[in-house]
Amino acid sequence: MSLFDNRTIRVSGGILLTVAACALAGPWISPHDYLTTDFNRQLVSPTIAGGQIFGTDDLGRDLFVRTMLGIRVTLLVAIVASLVSLVIGVAYGATAGFVGGRVDAAMMRFVDTLYALPFIFFVILLMVAFERNFLLIFVAIGAVNWLDMARIVRGQTLSLREREFVDAARLTGVSTARILLHHIAPNLIGIVVVYVTLTIPQAILVESFLSFLGLGIQEPQTSLGALVDAGVNQMEGASWALLIPAGLLALILLCFNFLGDGLRDFFDVRHTN
Amino acid sequence: MSLLNVKDLSIRYRQAAVVDALSFSIDKGESVGLVGESGSGKSQTALALLGLLPRQASVTGSIRFDGTEIVGSSEVALDRLRARRIGIVFQDPMQALNPYLRVGRQLREVLVRHKLARGAEIDERVIEMLSRVGLSDARRQFNAYPHQLSGGMRQRVMLASALIAEPDLLIGDEPTTALDVTVQAQILELLEEIRDNTALLLITHDLGVVAGHCERMLVLEKGRLVDAGATTSLFASPGHAHTRLLLDAAPRIDRAGTLSPATGPSILGVDSVSVSYTAFGNEQLRAVYDVSLSLRSGETLAVVGESGSGKSSLIRAVLGLVPMHAGRAVYAGAPLEGPVERRAKTQRRDLQLIFQDPVSALNPHMRVQSIVAESLLVHEPGLSSRARREGVVEALSQVGLGEEYLVRYPHELSGGQAQRVAIARALVLGPKVLICDEAVAALDGSVREQVLALLRKAQQETGLAIIFISHDLAVVRAISHRVVVLYMGRLVERSDNASLFSRPRHPYTRALIDAVPVPNPVVAPKKAPLRGEVPSLLHPPSGCVFHPRCKYVKEICRSKPPKGRDVQGAHVACHFVDEIDLSL
Amino acid sequence: MLRALGAIPTLLLVIVLAFLMVHAAPGGPFDDERVLPADVEANIARAYHLDEPLPKQLLRYLAGLAQGDLGPSYRYRDHTVSELIGAAFPLSLKLGAMAMALAIIVGASAGTVAALKQGTYLDRLVMAFSMTGISIPVFVVAPVLVLFLAVKLQWLPAGWSSSSGASRMVLPVVTLALPQIAYIARLTRASMIDVLGRDFIRTARAQGLGTWTVVRLHALKPAMLPVLSYMGPAIAAILTGSVVVEEIFGIPGLGQFFVRGALNRDYTLVLGIVVFYATLIVSLNLIVDILYGAIDPRVRYR
Repeated sequence: MSLFDNRTIRVSGGILLTVAACALAGPWISPHDYLTTDFNRQLVSPTIAGGQIFGTDDLGRDLFVRTMLGIRVTLLVAIVASLVSLVIGVAYGATAGFVGGRVDAAMMRFVDTLYALPFIFFVILLMVAFERNFLLIFVAIGAVNWLDMARIVRGQTLSLREREFVDAARLTGVSTARILLHHIAPNLIGIVVVYVTLTIPQAILVESFLSFLGLGIQEPQTSLGALVDAGVNQMEGASWALLIPAGLLALILLCFNFLGDGLRDFFDVRHTN
Repeated sequence: MSLLNVKDLSIRYRQAAVVDALSFSIDKGESVGLVGESGSGKSQTALALLGLLPRQASVTGSIRFDGTEIVGSSEVALDRLRARRIGIVFQDPMQALNPYLRVGRQLREVLVRHKLARGAEIDERVIEMLSRVGLSDARRQFNAYPHQLSGGMRQRVMLASALIAEPDLLIGDEPTTALDVTVQAQILELLEEIRDNTALLLITHDLGVVAGHCERMLVLEKGRLVDAGATTSLFASPGHAHTRLLLDAAPRIDRAGTLSPATGPSILGVDSVSVSYTAFGNEQLRAVYDVSLSLRSGETLAVVGESGSGKSSLIRAVLGLVPMHAGRAVYAGAPLEGPVERRAKTQRRDLQLIFQDPVSALNPHMRVQSIVAESLLVHEPGLSSRARREGVVEALSQVGLGEEYLVRYPHELSGGQAQRVAIARALVLGPKVLICDEAVAALDGSVREQVLALLRKAQQETGLAIIFISHDLAVVRAISHRVVVLYMGRLVERSDNASLFSRPRHPYTRALIDAVPVPNPVVAPKKAPLRGEVPSLLHPPSGCVFHPRCKYVKEICRSKPPKGRDVQGAHVACHFVDEIDLSL
Repeated sequence: MLRALGAIPTLLLVIVLAFLMVHAAPGGPFDDERVLPADVEANIARAYHLDEPLPKQLLRYLAGLAQGDLGPSYRYRDHTVSELIGAAFPLSLKLGAMAMALAIIVGASAGTVAALKQGTYLDRLVMAFSMTGISIPVFVVAPVLVLFLAVKLQWLPAGWSSSSGASRMVLPVVTLALPQIAYIARLTRASMIDVLGRDFIRTARAQGLGTWTVVRLHALKPAMLPVLSYMGPAIAAILTGSVVVEEIFGIPGLGQFFVRGALNRDYTLVLGIVVFYATLIVSLNLIVDILYGAIDPRVRYR
């Protein structure tokens, strides 16, 4: 049964790819750019003519291009941050799970305590402390999100270690490296993929949150979160400035969540036969 | 009129029929056995009788219980029948009881629901029932949680909950399969005592159980009823080929084994080995204590014991999967020491292990070819990939699997096929010693026979020595040259096959043999030979660990652990081995 | 008991980390004001111990903490941090507690119903709602709700100070609760489905107990365990959300103070809030652990 048989995966994956494609192609196609201000055309509502299909913002900049750019930034930050959490989480979780015993207990106690702290406070502090360095956003978000991944990977590694085929491999004389590579890793991939697709929405939320508070991406660059923040201020007069980026943000998040669910179902079925 | 009348019952999931046009009836007070291999539809039938099948099941046909139609009935109507008219005991008592509620609480709810008692009387009736099912100190057990009880006790609680509303029919779905054989004997005996007039539908794969406890018998094959009749008649002359197959495949403890003693040189020696684990902080758990045995080339040595006997721990220590705390093991003159990762390649090659659960012993992400080839990759790195493939094909054909299996994944294999792949993986290197840890316990009769035949062939052709770990004495009698009996990690008896089964020298061995149900309906089942259960390994009894359950116990047994002695070819650890005659 | 002691090192770690981060930020608490002559600046720095080496400042802070003194606010010069927290916290507490209660009640009920009616339209509806709920961020929901319910339909007040009384609580509480309702509903549903599939539920059904009794007596407690475990992170999430909600609705709660304090480099205020919240959460987690043991006897009696 192939990956694409699952309808949820197809639909959500398809939407995401379409959105990403628009975000890449859009600014190329449109005659406008994201910087140019035009004080004669402030807060114009969406018009087909002139190609400003999303209208303009309070500084007269074209919102379509800005939104597409915002999507690019949001997706970029999310994916990179998720990869950071992935690397930290998998390394931490696999180590804890494979080594086991007291080391594992201690490592997980650490994770448990961190889990319940409002890390967002630390992210905010970090952002303030390091003057909103673009790179740091990725690191900060990644540093917050690795906990879930670590937990999941550790749980899976722990149960894999007890599985008899690992013992069989040890007995045969398979080297530990090969065991990790051929026996444990392939059985982790499924669950890791699922969780990465679920971490991405979390990363997007954190980034959007920061931008909303004015701590994230800096002008004139923008992200979906920043656009929503700007849109809130224009809410009463130009509701499209809020609704369009908000709607797109929600759409992207929904798709990632559905994709993650679909992938989880896909991997489940293969192994419970 | 029959109590239960099933007509043309069919159960389908999507398009697959798990039960097909099944018809049978049960009269008041009758005991009927329902036998078949796994997948034959026995459990599905049981669930159907109570309307407990999942939503996806489509049920057609008729099930009439005392006039009421069950198929298609409403939940409310079914609730009136459940427990009150039809009770059921499931296989796994740990899972079947709610771990979050006290035992008494779970039982009293049945009385409350069916309005069978009120006020203070409810608890009293529950305690009385707990007493009747053999729980000593029932009042205290009333407040216990399931995880505080042993396996046998939990099953007694299940029985209590099934019978407390005094139903007319009791269904037992493999009620003793998950229990030790000595405990199984107790529970089966209890069942007989306690059911009075209640009809019994006993679902099992064990023909010995049916022979001893069921007047009539129904045989299912792939969801169809292929044979039905009085147990004695069916055993004497089975009507259908499948029944004959089941009867022939059933291991019989009352039939002598046919192997003559092995004469090859001794290749494996285990000397006073002890294995301990640290549990829950700092308590030491002695899994194995001072066990010695030896193995010859071409010989099958059976290691027998119930739960807590340490048989798996012993082997894992010998193989280096867990540390040995005391004693030594020797293979072909060289010591077996240290963790498996640090042992010599020859040692790892020559000693192989087969696990109980074949599917979990194979990496779900690797195809059969890679699984078997991996051993070659490690030990013969010089082989070309073509030579390796040939080696794999050769190993697979040795176990009776063709080339088409090379590309299969474990989840595409049946239990028997998976186990054969595991054996191929072990045999491809040409080992000298093969250790089977309950390797056939999860397999059905005919498949088990095939796998055992396979092992026998390998032994005859290559002089392979086999250590066969099992709790099933009937199988052990059929296939072993010599036998070692373990109890709570200690060796209680070591002897050759013929002597052990004709004249066991340790009371525990004799009890084990007596507890195994014999597939012979003409002979009445023996009384349960042992009371109680294996005590917790954390607090072993003083002196001889078997003394609390032993019929022949004397003062010395309580204080002084017996030393193993050689007596006429057998090695026994009992103070009174010279005085007691345990011949069968 | 051990757990309680184990929490202290983590708390200390949190405090030290926060301290370092706050002080690592460029700029100081007094930068915004008029440029002062150098010696006045030096005096101020000395008065607030800002001229001392960092480790000394840290120790001074910790010593004060041990006596329950969180120090004075650098920004709001007339108040100590404790006073400020004392003024703002009750409001945030009210908001957060109501949101949490709403989330648990609505979420758990919805999840249970969805599990019982698995596969039906009701189930899909609940699932769709919860999917949306966890996908749409608070700061999107809030303005959108305000836009529709307060501005367009005028059913509820849009701002905090623009009105008084119970109705002004509705939007903030609901906004804060929505993502948690969604998550708890999902969690409860999955957990309930899992519990309902277990053998002991089959036994209960085989005893003729009837759906309601089976759920109430046998399924509910174990199904709630994952939700209970989630309470720690849930509280953290509500705290996070409160920052946004307070911002949007203009509520003078602790979240607002935190952000302002961070931007103003008001060290003590920021640190004080972090310490306060961290302590709160760690204590609540301990309570959760105890409750878990109360429900699952295997944890209690080895």
